[in-house]
Amino acid sequence: MEITEIFKYLYEQLAASGLPQVWVDIVALACAGVIVFGFLAVVALFLVWWERKVSAHIQQRFGPMRTGWHGWRQTIADAIKLLQKEDIIPTLADRPVFFWAPVIAFVAAFMAYITIPFGDGLIVADLNIGILFIVAITSFTVISLLMAGWGSNNKYALLGGMRSAAQVVSYEVPMVVAICSIVLFAGSLSMVDIVQSQAMIYQWYLFRLPFGPIAFIIYIIAGTAETNRTPFDLPEAEQELVAGFNIEYSGMKFAMFFLAEFINMFTVSAIGTTLFLGGWQGPFLPSWMWFLGKTLFLVFVLMWFRWTYPRLRVDQLMEFSWKFLLPISFANLILAGLMKYSGWFNW
Amino acid sequence: MAQYAAVLIFLLLGIGLVLVTFFVARLIRPANPYKAKNQTYECAEQPVGDSWVQFNNRFYIFALLFVIFDVEAVFLFPWAVAFGQLGLFALIEMVIFIFILVIGLIYAWKKGVLKWV
Repeated sequence: MEITEIFKYLYEQLAASGLPQVWVDIVALACAGVIVFGFLAVVALFLVWWERKVSAHIQQRFGPMRTGWHGWRQTIADAIKLLQKEDIIPTLADRPVFFWAPVIAFVAAFMAYITIPFGDGLIVADLNIGILFIVAITSFTVISLLMAGWGSNNKYALLGGMRSAAQVVSYEVPMVVAICSIVLFAGSLSMVDIVQSQAMIYQWYLFRLPFGPIAFIIYIIAGTAETNRTPFDLPEAEQELVAGFNIEYSGMKFAMFFLAEFINMFTVSAIGTTLFLGGWQGPFLPSWMWFLGKTLFLVFVLMWFRWTYPRLRVDQLMEFSWKFLLPISFANLILAGLMKYSGWFNW
Repeated sequence: MAQYAAVLIFLLLGIGLVLVTFFVARLIRPANPYKAKNQTYECAEQPVGDSWVQFNNRFYIFALLFVIFDVEAVFLFPWAVAFGQLGLFALIEMVIFIFILVIGLIYAWKKGVLKWV
């Protein structure tokens, strides 16, 4: 049975229970939220394990091996350990700011999943402003980074938070312009419409030469920077900032930042799949499998970056965004407009 | 409009789930704070002064540039959605719009504010 049918059946059971329609919808949405939360927790645990395995194998090591088959239980043990850790709040910290920063980091990452299509019909709410909503809501991550940096009252944290904010903000612009060129072709902001406009493999925006691949490369570079991953992981540069904005955090608060980071990585890949790789569409297999497969492949590419490239210097990082990516993304947007207007590759 | 109920519910649910996790952790974790432990970390040194200081205005300039280009993106999205119906006129208009912004970027570049000192 298809997953969507299970959800439909459950919804009908709920509707038949005699509750008013408003409450039926609220309960259904809340259940969807809890399911998404559970899914994301599992995905984050899996990604942490996978990242360790990928990094180990790239460096010709094995990584975790002792806890279960190839160490699959390692991150579960880590999560339980973090749950039991003491929560240390520095005396000098700004307590409310310090407390709410990880909450905002997580909520901003979590809310993007309202409108990510996991499969054909597997979407919490197909908002008509879809991609714009995701871009807007994930920008709140910047605020949480600034709050963590400021609230900790620690010099490393402050520097890390500031750097991170400057970086995320700088890479946001080329990313948004690259996304805009896709919206231009699809003629809609809704994620479902964007997926449906690339039904066949030659319709994937990645293969619409010449603007598609350029937009994709800009998107992936900016996405790597947005998630603060190597080669753009300056906010956490271990050697100079020890851990960056999250240095004073411990226990569950640290775990929330960590969780948000991995969820954001999955979000960037999921949006990349939806915009450029045809989303859930593909032959033979169920749609959610295609979506997960493509997304995990992009996650793997991000991990691959991490263990291949050295870290950039902070001035190189900023100049790369403003002096290279931004002009190229503008030129690419105009190119996309010309292509759409002339009907080139516009099937 | 009803779709946007999902936004509100997810917002409340997200905050709620995090707070529940914090609460569960609170039940099972030890709590043993003392003065030295709660000190701000500074590589095993006594922290020197406060870290809430004035810092370099380059952050401020990048934030300003970001606001300019992000507001521009807000204008770009409706244009991109309606482009199919608008045709050549919209294309030329947007090229002029982007051109003006690129002049601004070149100005900032020549002024040297894009340089991270």
